[in-house]
Amino acid sequence: MAEGGLSIHPMDQFIVKPLFRVIEPGTCVPAQGIHDGCLRWYEISNATLWMAIAVLVIIALMVFGSRGRAVIPSRIQSVGEMIYGLIYKMVEDVTGHDGVKYFPFVMTLFLFVLFSNLLGLLPKGFTTTSHAAVTVTLALIVFLFVTLLGLARNGLGFLGMFWVSSAPLALRPVLAVIEVISYFVRPVSHSIRLAGNLMAGHAVMKVFAGFASVALISPVAIGAITAIYGLELLVAVVQAYVFTILTCVYLKDAVGGAHH
Amino acid sequence: MATEAHDAAAQATGMPQLDTSTWGNQIFWLVLALVVIFLVLWRVALPRIGAVLAERSGTITNDLAAAEELKQKAIAAEKAYEDALARARAEAGRIVAEAKAEIQADLDKATAKADAEISAKTAESEARIAEIRAGAQESVAEVARDTARELIAAFGGKADARGVTAAINARLKG
Repeated sequence: MAEGGLSIHPMDQFIVKPLFRVIEPGTCVPAQGIHDGCLRWYEISNATLWMAIAVLVIIALMVFGSRGRAVIPSRIQSVGEMIYGLIYKMVEDVTGHDGVKYFPFVMTLFLFVLFSNLLGLLPKGFTTTSHAAVTVTLALIVFLFVTLLGLARNGLGFLGMFWVSSAPLALRPVLAVIEVISYFVRPVSHSIRLAGNLMAGHAVMKVFAGFASVALISPVAIGAITAIYGLELLVAVVQAYVFTILTCVYLKDAVGGAHH
Repeated sequence: MATEAHDAAAQATGMPQLDTSTWGNQIFWLVLALVVIFLVLWRVALPRIGAVLAERSGTITNDLAAAEELKQKAIAAEKAYEDALARARAEAGRIVAEAKAEIQADLDKATAKADAEISAKTAESEARIAEIRAGAQESVAEVARDTARELIAAFGGKADARGVTAAINARLKG
C-alpha cells in the first residue's frame, strides 16, 4: 500500500456482498455469463443487515418510544411525536385534506430514507440508500402508486393534467409532450438525487480517509473528514426531507385531480 | 475479503451500484423492509401517537376551559364579596344614623326636662326671693315705725300713729 503511493478505494464501501460467505474470485462474472457464486436474491447481505437495523430503530422509536402513551412525553416519545407532526403537517399542507389518508405511506418512506441515511454515517456502516437499486425502487413505488391512485380516483381525467388548459390552444400539444416527458422523468430525478448525494458524500469521506494515512496532510484530511461528516449529517436529513416532500408533491397530482 | 469481493463483483462493472447481480437481493429486502415498516406504522405506531397527540390537545383544551371557569368563579366570588362589603357598609351607616337619632332624641328629651326643671326651680327661687324681699321691706317699715315712735316718745312727743306711718311709707317709697 505504502509502496505504490496511495491505495484508495472509495467505492469499496458500496459493495453489496453476502454476510456469511465470501464470493470466490471468478465465480461471479456476469459479463461472461458466470452467475454461480453471485449474491442470491434471498441471501442475507450487508444491505439486508442495515435495512433490518433501520427497521428495528424505526420500531424502537415509533413503537417502543410511544409505549407509555404519556400525555407528558418521554424524550424518545417526543422525538417520535415531532417526526409524526412534521410529516403529518407536510402531507396535509402539500396534498390537502384528502391526502391525509396516505400519511402512513409517506411516513414509511420518510422514516426508511432518514434512518438509512443516518445509519450509513456510522463507522463501518452501509448506506442502503446510496444504491440506485434501492432509490429507484423507492421512486418507482411512488411513481406507480401516484399514477394508479390518480387513475383510480379521477379516471381518465387524471390525464387532463398533461393538457395545460391555461395555455394558448396552439401551444397545448407541445406542452403536453413536455409534461408527459417530465412526468416520466420524475422517478429518475427523484431517485438519482438521493443516491447521488449519499454516494458522493461517502466517497469523498473515504478519499479523505485515505489521505489521512499520509503524515504530512493527515491533520488537514482529518479536519476535512470532520467537516464533511457534519455536512453529510445535514445532507442525510435534508435528502430524506426532500424525497418525502417530492413524494407529497407527486401525490397531490393524484389526490388533487385535474383541476389545477 | 473486501478486496476479493471487489475483484469479483465490482471490478467487472466499476461502480458497485451498477453491479446488476446484487439488485435482486437489494430490491427483495427493501420491499420486505418497507412492508414491515408500513404495517408497523399503519397498525400500531401512527394510531397510537395520533391518539396521544389528540388526548394531549384535548387535555390542554379542557385545562384551559377549567382555568377559564375557575377565573369566572373567582370574579363572581370577588363581586359577591364586594357586594357583601357594600351592603355591610350601608347597614353600618344606617345603624350609626339610627343610634345617632336615638341618642339625639334622648338628649333632646333630657335637655327639655332639665330646662323645665331649671325654669321651675328659677320660678320657685324668684318667688321666694320676692317673698323674702317683701318680708324684708315690711320689717324695714315696721322697724322704722317703731324707731320713729320711740324717737318721738323719747323727745317727749306724742306719736300720731297714722301720721308716722304715712311719713315712713313716703320716705320708704322715696
